[in-house]
Amino acid sequence: MTARQTAASGAQEVLMSRFDLTSRLVARLRSDEAVVGGIGNNNFDLWATGRRPQNFYMLGSMGLCFPIALGLALTQPRRRVVAIEGDGSLLMQLGCLATIAERRPANLTLLVMDNGSYQITGGQKAATHHGADLVTIARGCGLNESRWAENTAHFEELLDNALIGDRPHLIAAKIDEAPGRATTDRDPAWIRDTFMRGLGTRS
Amino acid sequence: MARWFDTVAAVLKRNEVRLVTYVPDKVLAPLIRALEADSYFTTFCPTREEEAAGIVCGGWMGGMRGIVLMQTSGFATLANVLASLALPYRIPLLMMISERGTLGEFNVGQAMVCRSMRPMLTALGIEHHTLSRRDEIDFIVDRTVNQAIATQEPAAFILSPLLTHAKRQEA
Ligand SMILES: Cc1ncc(C[n+]2csc(CCOP(=O)(O)OP(=O)(O)O)c2C)c(N)n1
Repeated sequence: MTARQTAASGAQEVLMSRFDLTSRLVARLRSDEAVVGGIGNNNFDLWATGRRPQNFYMLGSMGLCFPIALGLALTQPRRRVVAIEGDGSLLMQLGCLATIAERRPANLTLLVMDNGSYQITGGQKAATHHGADLVTIARGCGLNESRWAENTAHFEELLDNALIGDRPHLIAAKIDEAPGRATTDRDPAWIRDTFMRGLGTRS
Repeated sequence: MARWFDTVAAVLKRNEVRLVTYVPDKVLAPLIRALEADSYFTTFCPTREEEAAGIVCGGWMGGMRGIVLMQTSGFATLANVLASLALPYRIPLLMMISERGTLGEFNVGQAMVCRSMRPMLTALGIEHHTLSRRDEIDFIVDRTVNQAIATQEPAAFILSPLLTHAKRQEA
């Protein structure tokens, strides 16, 4: 773990790793959970943890990771759905937090990987770098179970809780600026078909 | 003859199109009311059309057919989502667009955005049909829903003022 000074408070933050947190998530899955990886690094690191037919990798549609996961959670109420989104992408579609709060799917867990920037397009600073707090925003939208993970052990504790929760949970982590570890195969029709077969919604 | 929105709701139900997301529009209001009144449908209002489309795409992959209801100006925000999600992933995203900006529009902005709608649908190669007659709704919607699912392609229905305008509602 590394550290970074925040522009807003000047405080030192402990930075986690996207790949490490994604690996910890995958290690906790029992097999049938659906996982949606947002544009860029967020699905690249999910891809790097190994193929699962219940993983959906987003090659475009920036900002739609949480909406796609909401559609899955509502139509697959007996399955746990986990969505992994970047801070820049979530900033583009903040309204979805209010929609998720209103629908309140018990089976939905939202993970936010906050590196304070748009890493993949050159590391330009995002509003999160200047003080925008995505957990506070999520709570303001009505997602009461929204928390910052303080370190990896805390992340795992929050995740264990979320995966048995009876309402949607959002867990955000401050991460370093490392790029994703692999590149997802760029074959969207194959990704979608494999995913649906993995869920049993297409045979 | 049945009111246009009752026919639309009946055809969607017959084709098991259950998940309905919308961004409000005055012309769509009676259809939204009809769908919300029937618990067969899961009908709700996300904050923007991109989000509404993402939810329906997720719902399709989760095993439920769905449709997004919006007005012309909302459709104009969707080019990227169609070109980077619904089309390349081959998701039969259904869209119903109430056509504002023509046949008596007072707002020039609506008129201008309206002119972008069919060219954009054509540029993206998306099957689309204009609903302007009550006696054609059932045939067009029923067959287009089936085609979208069989071919795994999105499709759009445009609700013309010829169908929806108050002056056109006499029995
Ligand atoms: C609508 C749209 N605008 C801009 C882009 C370019 N783009 C692709 S990924 C990305 C940054 C994503 O940032 P974030 O979600 O924070 O992830 P990070 O790269 O920091 O891991 C941008 C701006 C895009 N693909 N789509």
